Amino acid sequence: MDPARKRKIRLAVALGAAVCLAAALVYTSFSAATEASKPSQIAPGRSYELTGKVVPGSIRHEGDDLRFRVRDRDGTASVPVAYTGVVPDPFRDGREVIVSGELKHGTFVAERDSLVTKCPSKFTKDEERS
Amino acid sequence: MAGVGSACLLVGLLTAIYAGGASLYGARTGRREWATSGRRAIYCLAGLTVSAFAILEAAFLRSDFSFALVAEGSSTDTPSFYKVTAVWATQDGSLLLWSTLLALFSSAVLFLTRRSLRDIAPYATAVLAGVAAFFLLLMVAWENPFDTLAAPPAEGAGLNPLLRHPAMMIHPPMLYTGYVGFSVPFAFAVGALVTRQTGADWIRATRRFALVAWTFLGAGILLGALWSYTELGWGGYWAWDPVENASLMPWLVGTAFLHSIMVQEKRGMLKVWNASLICGTFVLALLGTFLVRSGILNSIHAFGASTIGVQFLVFIGLVVALSVALILARLPDLRSEARLDSLISREAFFLLNNLVLVGLCLVIMWGTFFPLISEAITGNEQSVGPPWFDRLTTPLALVLVALAGIGPVLAWRRVTWSSLRRVLVAPLAVAGAALVLLLAFTDAADSTSSLLMFCFVAFVLGVVGQELWRGTSARRVMTGEAWPRALARLTGRNRRRYGGYLVHAGIAVLLLGVAASSAFLDQRDVRLSPGQSFDVGGYHVTYREPKAQLGGDDAGTGAPVSLGAVLDVRKGGKHFTLRPWRNYYASRDPSLGAISRFFEGEANSEVDVRWGLRRDFWLAVRPDLGPLQRQIREADTKFASSSGDVQALVIAALAERYRNDPPPAAFRAIVSPMVAWIWIGGAIVVLGALVAGWPSPEARLRRVRSLYSARLGRELSRA
Amino acid sequence: MEYALALVVLAALVALAVAGPLRRRGEEERVEEARLAELRAAKEAKYREINDAELDHRMGKLSREDWRAVDRELRGEAIEILRELDRLEGRSPEGG
Repeated sequence: MDPARKRKIRLAVALGAAVCLAAALVYTSFSAATEASKPSQIAPGRSYELTGKVVPGSIRHEGDDLRFRVRDRDGTASVPVAYTGVVPDPFRDGREVIVSGELKHGTFVAERDSLVTKCPSKFTKDEERS
Repeated sequence: MAGVGSACLLVGLLTAIYAGGASLYGARTGRREWATSGRRAIYCLAGLTVSAFAILEAAFLRSDFSFALVAEGSSTDTPSFYKVTAVWATQDGSLLLWSTLLALFSSAVLFLTRRSLRDIAPYATAVLAGVAAFFLLLMVAWENPFDTLAAPPAEGAGLNPLLRHPAMMIHPPMLYTGYVGFSVPFAFAVGALVTRQTGADWIRATRRFALVAWTFLGAGILLGALWSYTELGWGGYWAWDPVENASLMPWLVGTAFLHSIMVQEKRGMLKVWNASLICGTFVLALLGTFLVRSGILNSIHAFGASTIGVQFLVFIGLVVALSVALILARLPDLRSEARLDSLISREAFFLLNNLVLVGLCLVIMWGTFFPLISEAITGNEQSVGPPWFDRLTTPLALVLVALAGIGPVLAWRRVTWSSLRRVLVAPLAVAGAALVLLLAFTDAADSTSSLLMFCFVAFVLGVVGQELWRGTSARRVMTGEAWPRALARLTGRNRRRYGGYLVHAGIAVLLLGVAASSAFLDQRDVRLSPGQSFDVGGYHVTYREPKAQLGGDDAGTGAPVSLGAVLDVRKGGKHFTLRPWRNYYASRDPSLGAISRFFEGEANSEVDVRWGLRRDFWLAVRPDLGPLQRQIREADTKFASSSGDVQALVIAALAERYRNDPPPAAFRAIVSPMVAWIWIGGAIVVLGALVAGWPSPEARLRRVRSLYSARLGRELSRA
Repeated sequence: MEYALALVVLAALVALAVAGPLRRRGEEERVEEARLAELRAAKEAKYREINDAELDHRMGKLSREDWRAVDRELRGEAIEILRELDRLEGRSPEGG
């Protein structure tokens, strides 16, 4: 096989492999992705990954349960959440959280241990500078 | 002094603009004195930025709260070490650190190349000056670290307690050294492209900078992982978080670059690859710096919206456009000087190496930016989690480890099957033996990918061992030296090669730790009252007693209140005690009650880990403050306007109450095998990089031939 | 004002430093010196390659014939570099 043909074959193989990887990438990511939904977007009947901010003053411990309200990041719609499991360190009023679960009878019943809280900003917008 | 600092920055900006302009003028007109002037300007820039940095540090150390930055990020009760390092915990301070490092590195490389690379150096100066100007402009116009407060507060806000950990404070400078370091080869690559001198000269001049940058970046990434493991309450070291990925991507492409340049040096091939790889590395470094600051991707480390996101994007866009345009315009000059002879050659495998590393980087990039991509395509913001990343990166990582084993045994140009067989027999035997032993004596087969990784790691270590053995034997045949001396002389004279092998061994050990700890860990989350116990990973854990402490916390972070536990752990004859804590830092939020604010501020876990070569026992506690809430609220109203001393007594009483009548606390225990090898592997990598980059004695030829025999003879020496 | 004063002083210092080379305009163009440095680096690299190839051969990665071919080629390239170096340094080929 002459070198030019060899090179063309190698190129074809490399491109083929690249296409395969790209296809795997796209397919697996879209099928494995979880959709982040706001409180105003969820409806009963299927599971969601709920994101939003913890409504200040809404955190209550009821025995083993943790109850709080989550509201839209930019909005007022909020939903009560019932959660059991590990509570991450940064969890408190006003923090952004992600929790997986399903809406049942008006309360978002969360999967165990699915609560994720975002760390507060390290680099914040400087609002007061003289 | 803040005025002086600000002046340094503005003069620095003007100096950088001058440096770029003068260098370009000197390059275009051939008037060397302008290029020299530009170089001098970079030296001045280094002086200016170092001075500005020193002024800022001094302000932090003396807690000068007229500096807005000091008031924001430090306090009088912050320990000195953290005062020094708090500078780069802020946006503005980290920009200044970036600029200072850039100016220093630029000065170093321009000094070292002041007598060579006459054509390329001015353009490189201009590029470096341009990048410096960008960062200085950011500071001068938007995020000035020397802003002052008209009414300085009496006390500063203090450093975020999550950052009060030595690793977390060294982590940013290491990462920045990595990012900045890569700007040097990038600048020289641009210079080489512009001047059409696309040989290996620019590579030779900047290779060490690339290696230093790569080492620091890698070490910085590992430090971040170590911090995550020992400081955060979730017990892992890598979460495929956008911020983590942002630093890993340039490191991967940088690794490809470091390997690929060898092919250009030896055989004049892969020139387009090298130009593209270094541009890619630099762009990713900028992207990494930007991602941490912009909050554009919501991650568990969301660092909030910032005022400089747009500017970064514009700058990155400019750099990308410049790189692509240059490479396309100079494609004819980047033609290979040789052809790929055989698929079984070192060149071919380096090419494959490039592909795998870039592929890995693209996978991570896709996953990291997926929320933006999915929103653009489907209108819904979706995200992929660690399982997706693990699933896609594991096969690529396996291929990479296999390549790390095969690469060193190949020769350049062409390898015959017989010689290939000869060099692969022993390492394959080692890998096979490892496989058999693992299958027979452990449950490694439960995880196929881990089992494969273990075998590949054994293969790599076998290859490195064989290389050292054969090299030393070959040397002994010629010189008759004793083993240790031969080994030392061998590595001493071939530092790049054997340093590189050591790095491969280190990476293999690191991935061994990663594979073992991710596939075979045991984790349990429980709620216990004192006296209760549970089992995890073969260990029996008993909650002995609660602890409470005011101030003087073990980690030296200055937490006012700490609540913890003492637990006994037993396995067979082994017995040890663990003391995890939870530190509570007072909040300055005026809307909180006087006593509540001590418990409602930041809190973080002081994890207790029992390190071991075979496995780690990791334990974190989360005390339940619920039952105490009523007393805290009562205290809020009763002691709202009491003095600090009275409040301290109240807190002491509450802590005492927790100790005497503790509610059940939540514990997380993780037994993960071989985590220590991740850090050990990392240390080996750094050691190997040191060996590879250390200046070697001048190369001499052993044998003599041709009409230059006399001349070569003088350069001869008995090796 | 502290700021304005610092501005002027620093700018003056920098201007002084960078104007230096511009004043010495008659400086000789030491192009050869740069080329010499580059050639020496290239020679150094070439010597390393020759030694590397020999090590590869002794360790069994390169067969004897392959090594001979590579060695010949590399030494040829080294001689080219040495010739160029000599030409620039103005020395005779025998190194006298």
